[in-house]
Amino acid sequence: MAKRSVLGLYIEEDSAADALDHLRDAGFEDHEYEILTGTPYPEGTFGEAEPQHHLYRWPIFGALTGFTISLFYTSITQAAYPLLTGGKPVLAIPAMLVILYELTMLGAVIFTIIGIIFESRLPRFFMGAYSEKITEGYIGVTVTTDEDRTDKAEEALKKAGIDGEIIRGWE
Amino acid sequence: MLEHTQLTDKELNDELLRDILTMPKWWLPAVLFLAAIVITGYSAFGYMVFNGLGVTGLNRPVFWGFFIANFVFWIGISHAGIMISAILRLTQAEWRRPITRAAEVMTLFSLAAALHTPLFHVGRPWRVFYWIFPYDFSRGIWPNVKSPFVWDPSAVGTYLIASTLFVIVCLIPDLAILRDRAKNKITKFIYAQLCLGFRGTTRQWKLQIVAGILLSALVLPIFVSVHTVVSWDFAVLIGTEGWRSTIFGPYFIIGAVHSGVSAVAMLMALSVWIYGLQNYIKPDHFDAIARLLIVVATTWFFFFFLEWVWAMFTLESPEIALRELQVGPWPWGPLFLIFVITSFVIPVPLWMFRRFRRSAAIMFFTTILVNIGMWLERFLIVIPSLMRRSHLTFDWGSYSPSLIEILIVTETFAFVALGMLLFAKAFPLVPIFDMKEGMRNRHLIKVGRRVIPATIREGLPHHYYNKEHH
Repeated sequence: MAKRSVLGLYIEEDSAADALDHLRDAGFEDHEYEILTGTPYPEGTFGEAEPQHHLYRWPIFGALTGFTISLFYTSITQAAYPLLTGGKPVLAIPAMLVILYELTMLGAVIFTIIGIIFESRLPRFFMGAYSEKITEGYIGVTVTTDEDRTDKAEEALKKAGIDGEIIRGWE
Repeated sequence: MLEHTQLTDKELNDELLRDILTMPKWWLPAVLFLAAIVITGYSAFGYMVFNGLGVTGLNRPVFWGFFIANFVFWIGISHAGIMISAILRLTQAEWRRPITRAAEVMTLFSLAAALHTPLFHVGRPWRVFYWIFPYDFSRGIWPNVKSPFVWDPSAVGTYLIASTLFVIVCLIPDLAILRDRAKNKITKFIYAQLCLGFRGTTRQWKLQIVAGILLSALVLPIFVSVHTVVSWDFAVLIGTEGWRSTIFGPYFIIGAVHSGVSAVAMLMALSVWIYGLQNYIKPDHFDAIARLLIVVATTWFFFFFLEWVWAMFTLESPEIALRELQVGPWPWGPLFLIFVITSFVIPVPLWMFRRFRRSAAIMFFTTILVNIGMWLERFLIVIPSLMRRSHLTFDWGSYSPSLIEILIVTETFAFVALGMLLFAKAFPLVPIFDMKEGMRNRHLIKVGRRVIPATIREGLPHHYYNKEHH
């Protein structure tokens, strides 16, 4: 069944928190509703569940990838063009360390960025129910659910005292 | 932060997006003027490519001149942006909010400017790439990873990519604000694509906050390594007095922080004057950064002193001869004096006074002085060391920059200013979402007979407090 989303806007934090309570009472689950705000709020302000993520794994994978690439880069290029300097070994580890370090860090940063975008569920091509008032300080509560349950969601959102009308959108 | 202006989210949007959504009168003439300088610099570079490096003042024994001194200078400037932003984020310093974005963006453009000059310096920039990337299969020429000239691009390149990504990620929520505020359909579409469909869900905000901390923690070690590696361009050359110093790594880093933090303070004053950000950047902010500068400048001076002490302590005649050259004959002696006076003797005593610390004009003036001094510091490290008289008389020589070098170096300054102006026309120079968060969490509280603004900050996850209560 097609999914639809509905959005209610609130001025006060308490009203948005009430809306979440009403949604839970109406049988909606955590993954069906979201809070939309124009600025970060302390976790749990609206009584919402704490989002789980695995961002901390990304820099580790990135660092390992960067290290592996830099190890190949530094060792293979030296082996391919062996410059014997003052009887020192062809593979000069102190010199390699600089590049190993830099590319390891670069890998960690690049993977962290990819991780942030991926874990944030971005890019999002369809906005669904959204209002430009959210970036003006309004708090939005959006419910994404089956088409036949949207009336129930709207009712729960209205019960908390929305500002204006319900906004509807397709997912 | 005692002073503050409390604004609503809408007022913040309107004020901070004013210069993006409308065209200030001064903007176009300023851009055209800076673009003219940039084009002149590139034309000078074209002339240099056509005629060869002979059109510069570089000649035996001074093969590193204005270009390399300027490279080290811009790398130094680039350091404070991300450093200030990362350290202040990690320590949750409230006064960071209005200045982080401008500082980070300055890092990007100064790094790009820094990369101009060594690329120009090699004379044939396109040949640089096979020094770094292993692609010249037909001739079997591979990068020599034992050379600091391969370490350097790997460090600077890493820093440039990391800082660019850092800025982009922190910009996403503000791009969403621009998407919602843009009137023109095309502009709206562009911002909508750039913000990747950001809506401000709890998950997205959490990831933004974690990202700010995680990326700060990752960028700081890169920041430390970059100027250390740049210093090794000099320090690993064991044959050159004045360069082969074990203290060069930390000395370069602290010098970079000194010039970079000064540049941030200068940028703060310019933001107040040009963009009218006095509601956001207050005398308190200047006060805070000046206090930081006192510590940085004093530490830098200590390292500078140590570098001299250990050089003189060796009592090696070539080293002593170099130091005599740096402080004695024209023009090195007077330049040395100007360097010490402008980078330390004038600014630091002035910063001791609260009245001066809180003045945008005084901070602008003193930080400009610091950067004149710090540019000269790099110039005095590069040139006298190379021109010091060698045993063979046919290697004696001095250096004076040619007009071509002056034009190219001037271009880098115009390039950074132009880059900042163009950036500020398309994106907010103050992180709007961060300002909103700061204002929302700030409330007036009564302490005795005074009413002061206090910032509420979430210290621990909410479930920690729940456990305490239940």
